Order: sequence, then structure tokens, then C-alpha cells
Amino acid sequence: MNAAGIREGIAQGKTSAVEVCRRSLDRIDAAAALHAFQHVDRDGALARATDLDARRQELTRAPLAGVPIALKDNMCTTGAPTTACSRILEGYRPPYDATVVRRLRDAGAVIVGKTVCDEFAMGSSTENSAFGGTKNPWALDRIPGGSSGGSAAAVAAGLVPIALGSDTGGSIRQPAALCGVVGLKPTYGRVSRYGLIAFASSLDQIGPLSQTVRDAALVMNVIAGHDPLDATSVDVDKPDYVAALTGDVRGLRIGVPRHLLRDGVEADVTAAFDRAIDTFRGAGAIVADVELPHASLAIPVYYLIATAEASSNLARYDGVRYGRRAPADTLTGMYERSRGRGFGPEVKRRIMLGTYVLSAGYYDAYYLKAQQVRTLIRRDYDRAFDRVDLVAMPTSPTPAFPLGERVADPLSMYLADVFTVAANLAGLPGISVTCGFSAARLPIGLQLMGRAFDESTVLRAADAYERETAWSRERPPHYWS
Amino acid sequence: MFSRADVERIARLARLELTNDEKDLYARQLADILEYAAQVQAVDTADVAPTALGVTGTAEWREDRVAPSLPRDEVLRAAPAADLAAGLFKVPRVLGS
Repeated sequence: MNAAGIREGIAQGKTSAVEVCRRSLDRIDAAAALHAFQHVDRDGALARATDLDARRQELTRAPLAGVPIALKDNMCTTGAPTTACSRILEGYRPPYDATVVRRLRDAGAVIVGKTVCDEFAMGSSTENSAFGGTKNPWALDRIPGGSSGGSAAAVAAGLVPIALGSDTGGSIRQPAALCGVVGLKPTYGRVSRYGLIAFASSLDQIGPLSQTVRDAALVMNVIAGHDPLDATSVDVDKPDYVAALTGDVRGLRIGVPRHLLRDGVEADVTAAFDRAIDTFRGAGAIVADVELPHASLAIPVYYLIATAEASSNLARYDGVRYGRRAPADTLTGMYERSRGRGFGPEVKRRIMLGTYVLSAGYYDAYYLKAQQVRTLIRRDYDRAFDRVDLVAMPTSPTPAFPLGERVADPLSMYLADVFTVAANLAGLPGISVTCGFSAARLPIGLQLMGRAFDESTVLRAADAYERETAWSRERPPHYWS
Repeated sequence: MFSRADVERIARLARLELTNDEKDLYARQLADILEYAAQVQAVDTADVAPTALGVTGTAEWREDRVAPSLPRDEVLRAAPAADLAAGLFKVPRVLGS
């Protein structure tokens, strides 16, 4: 099920938006055990599809006409609740659409529902959802990755061809890898975050998850671009990402940081990664070693910066303007109780950590220091990109781990992001595509990172790899076709 | 590294009501995480400017123009307590009693 095919089928009159929408909704119902969706907008989606069918003639140019799309539940959507899978926002209905949602609607997409995520996108397994986590379609006793686990599982299981996720430290790429789908984190500033529930504002980006690289490019053509409503959105030229998919990687220079692959990476992952690099070499790419000397500091830097920003961003949940309030006699008591009861354990942990590193006496030692090391990490990539066009590494050091395995040990959960956080710290685009399977038949992801605003090269290489290999056509045992 | 009193001080700054179990848990976990994160302190960052944003140098000036904002009633309707007619959010009494 891919968006390009659906759009063509509708345009040629072989199917209708209603038929496609109904099929997607039926699959979502049938796949209830995955718990990929936090909210399904059956009536709204069908009404929208009916309207699109009635206006078929005028929509021939709409790039996503009739394509069912799911949104991570941290993107404001009118007509549906938006909770970020947190009790503190239970029942919240935003009075506006996020810019990405508006752009998808303008492109003819049918929003079928909101997907499960870690609470406020904080997590790497989707187990931190306050309303229950998502299961991996490849093995129901495993996590789908996170925090966009519902979006990744929904695409992997064939429920929707495309879902949007957000990526603060790997939250699109890591679940994409663990569910065997494509996930792209664009350059910081490429896609508007207006209407995205903020987690860490210097790191957050929105991007697509899809079954094919072509669909990811199609979505980027719709959602990328300057937005005056997001002050960090950058006004630079937006290429045609679909046109960039030439299938040609001859002469493309790919850097591999071998020194990162020695410790802590499972053998199946390393083997699949090495084969992927061989595939690129065979297709005419030039492979070179690159050094990223500060890479081992990315996780501590990330967790200092992301928690500091989160503690500030989440100050707005005070029981006054939206969400849930816990009654108390005093205003301060109301704040404290609403937040204490409304936030889950991981969110509170991060607010506490972030408050501490920003507090008087610790700011320089932790937060400022982390920002300086962030500069060094960014410079490592600047230097690498003087010599190569892309940097390749595994997306995740392991395939999907069992549900519950890391819940009690936050640090072990944080280490799941070891290969993904650097792209956020340096603001660079990164994609994950499937590059093989473990002995237990769990998907393994290949990550390709590019220069700032060079999503075209990232997508071109990922698409070329997809054409050279058959991994993206493998389907999980829990798949609805 | 973290006493119960430390955790209570941070929780007060963050306006978080925590149970005693949570205080003990966070005292232990925050100490572990900070011990791990402290490795950044060994890095020589003399003369290194901090990075605050993913991509720098892109902010621009724009004209200050009046534009529509969100409809007030709809915003107020999303609140736990509000007075739509007066156009106000309602909170527990702040002054006097």
C-alpha cells in the first residue's frame, strides 16, 4: 500500500477515496491488538473522502488526493483530540491545525487518526504512553521503538501508507528501523513545527514514515517549506524531492565512522550494515572512513539539553488553559497537583533533570557545557561533510527489544538513541531504511545522514538502495493487505 | 548525591507534587543519570561557543503586522475552567480569602 499508487488509482477512476479510506479504517479496526492508534476519526475521514470523490476533477493535481494519513498524537488537529499521550492533555481538542496538518489537507490527504507515542514524545519504546503502548507488528512481544512507535507500526502493518512522526533524538528514525519502514528526519528548520506540541525546541523536527522512499519524498514536497508561524523555519529553496530520485549513486561519497561500530552494536546489525555499504559500493558509490571524535558524548549532551528545554516547554501545563486540572485550595497547589498527577514517570523524571541542570549553580557545569560540546559534535560533522556527501551508520544498535526490558532502567533506554541523537544536535537530515533482518527476523535499519538542507541527496541514496535490494518489500507477520 | 531534600527543592522549582516513593526513585535515578552525563565536564571547551539551535544564523526581521489570532471562545472552551462571557480563565483565588 503506497501513496503514489493510491493517488494514481483514484485519478484513473480504478478506485475512490471512500473505498481507500474504508479499507484503511477496516484494517485499523482489525489491527486493534497492535494499539497503534490513540484516536481514529472514522466519521471525519469518511466525510472528507466523500467530499474528495465529489471534487475529483478539481483534485487531479493534488499530490496526496485521497491518501489516508495518520498523525502522531503530538500534532494539533482540529476535529480530533490531541493528547501527546499524556493524562494532562486528556480530552484536549485544539482550536487549530498544525501547519503540517493544514498542508496535508490542502494536498488532498485524508487524516484517519492519531497514533500512539511516548508521552510528550519522551521515550524510545512507546511504552511511556499514558494510555498504553504499541506492539511491534514483527513480534507482538517487542517494542515498536519510539517515540513515534504508533506511526511506525501503523505503516509497517499496512494500516496507512504514510504517517507523520516527530524526531527530537531519533523518534522517527529509530521506530522506522525497528518496524522495518522508511523514516526521515528533515533538517532543523525545513518543516514547520507550528502546532507540534513542543518537547525540546532546538531539536524537534517533523517528518514522514512510509513504506517507500518515494512516498517520503512525496510527503516532503507537501510539508517542507518556510512558515512565518514558526520562527525557526528557514526560507530556503525547496527542491522537488520526487524528481531527485534518479536511482543513481555513482560517484556519491559515503563516509562510515568505523570507530563507532566496535562496541555495543549487535552482530546481526553490524553484518547487515556492512552488506548495505557493499551494496552502495557495488552501485558505484565511493566509501570512505570518517572520524567523529565527539560521537560518544552525543547521548549525555542530548539528555542534558533535551531535558533542560523540556522542563521549560512543559511549564505551560499548569491546569489553567488546557487539559486536566487537579483541584486544590491555592493556585500554586493547583499547579503542583495538576502536574504531579497529570504527567507520567518519564516526563516527571525529565522535568526534574532539566530543572536541575538549569538551576542556579549548575547551569554552567551542565547546560552551558553541553551546548559547547554540542558545537564540537556539529564541527565533527562539518569536517566529515568536507570529504563526503553522506555519513552512514546503523539507525539502532539493536533490533526491537522485548516489551518491559528497559522500563526500570532509564539510562539503558536512553542508550537506544546512541546513533540518532547527533543528527538532532547538529540539525542535519537523516533517514532510516531497512537493510536486513536479525536471526529472529526483526528488521534492521540503515541510517544515512546528509548536509543541512540536502534531503535530496539523502532521499536519492535511500531510494537507490531500496531499488537495489528487496528488504522494503518484506512484510511482517501482522500485516493487513 | 541526591538527598530527599534536594529532590524536594527541584520539585518545588518545577511545581511538581511528588509522592514519597517518587522522591526516593528520582533521587536514585537522577544521581545515576547525572553521573553518566558528567562525562561532558571532562571535555576541553575553552573558546568553544555554545550551540543553542540546530541551525544557526537564520533568524530574520519581519514587519510587525496585525494578523488574526485564535477565536477566543474556542480557546476558552479548551480550558478546565473559564468564563466565556467575561473572556477569562478561572483559577483558585489568588488574593485575599
